[in-house]
Amino acid sequence: MKIKKNIAVSETGFAFDPTGGESYSINGVGQEIITLLKEGKSPEEISSIMTQEYEIDAASFEKYFYDFMGMLRQFQLIEEDE
Amino acid sequence: MSKKKISVALTGLNNTDNPGPGVPVIRGIRESAEFDARIIGLAYENLEPAIYMHDVVDKTYQVPYPSEGADVLIQHILKIHEKDPFDLLIPNFDAELYAFMRAEETLGKAGIRTFLPTLEQFEERHKSNLPDFGEKYDLKVPFSKPIFKQEEIEELKKDFEYPLMVKGKFYDAYLAYNTEQVRMHYNKISAKWGLPIIIQEFIKGTEVNVVALGDGKGNTVGAVPMRKQYITDKGKAWAGITLDDKKLLDLTDHIISSTKWRGGMELEIVKSFDNELYIIEINPRIPAWVYLAVGAGQNLPEALVKLALGMDVEPFTEYEVGKMFVRYSSDLITDLKEFEKLSTLGEL
Repeated sequence: MKIKKNIAVSETGFAFDPTGGESYSINGVGQEIITLLKEGKSPEEISSIMTQEYEIDAASFEKYFYDFMGMLRQFQLIEEDE
Repeated sequence: MSKKKISVALTGLNNTDNPGPGVPVIRGIRESAEFDARIIGLAYENLEPAIYMHDVVDKTYQVPYPSEGADVLIQHILKIHEKDPFDLLIPNFDAELYAFMRAEETLGKAGIRTFLPTLEQFEERHKSNLPDFGEKYDLKVPFSKPIFKQEEIEELKKDFEYPLMVKGKFYDAYLAYNTEQVRMHYNKISAKWGLPIIIQEFIKGTEVNVVALGDGKGNTVGAVPMRKQYITDKGKAWAGITLDDKKLLDLTDHIISSTKWRGGMELEIVKSFDNELYIIEINPRIPAWVYLAVGAGQNLPEALVKLALGMDVEPFTEYEVGKMFVRYSSDLITDLKEFEKLSTLGEL
């Protein structure tokens, strides 16, 4: 699962998809997840990092994480071949 | 290096909520590092805003509509040229192009350069000919059909599913969900632009546009894709952003190289949800949002001037992605004397 290479996310959480021309505002947690995805971390590694950082259990995190991934996929921000 | 002095005549001074490309084309030419241009505006109506924008247009002449006869228009242009010579002419409306293309030789003999598509190029990309155009050049186009009579509206359900697009031969496009809406749009558009009315399959997806310039030999001199971010009730872009999409640029190159397109063009494309690109229109001239291309690094109006003057033009290879334009309206204050002068003498 990879974020498209050309998606630019600024420090303020503003993301721009240069292929579709859409822009999005992403909150702090979303930015962290996107950064980890861009670093090539697996969902398991992301879950481990996030559950250590925040007061959330792995099962709850997983539910929110895959919701978020679904949204990124719907907006075509994820590489198609993944 | 001193700038080359040129005189350019152009139309499309109607910088209204349905803007003509005249003003953005002029802005591009004025920003040229190579040309010092005197701009002669050719106006069809006496309230086209750029007539009164003296920092944009140096001199304006009123001209008759092409509907009064192509020869009447051309003779009028030649008279203006005799009195106030210009080097080249850039027509900016679809509806007038036919007259200027036909008169290219006459204009050329009088010393007026143009850089227009050929009649064949102009004809084959017509909305009513788009399915054949798609087949000939291996392009995806929505199914469409020209209709000439109201009686044909009832029969549309045999060939189309609703909703469908109802389009004028030059301008205007509306989405219709039933026969009553088709009839309403048919009457409205045919009263304004005549027949046929083009019925086109509606493709769901995102509309994107490309402004491009072909050198007439099959080469793309420049191309910039844009997505409309804010659309007016007339369907015009009020804001837009440049895109980084290789598929769009490859498609543009394919069209220009296979048609050997000569001059400016605007591709209207729908990117379907499964990422297929459908050509919905090919406009045979520079669009009103061309200044975005200039701002993104491709001064296509300047390149068009160079091509028309027979100068060498190095194709653009890049542009800035994520460059935006936001259109604005402004109240220009002018004097009744100016309006009177144009209305009575036909020039200002």
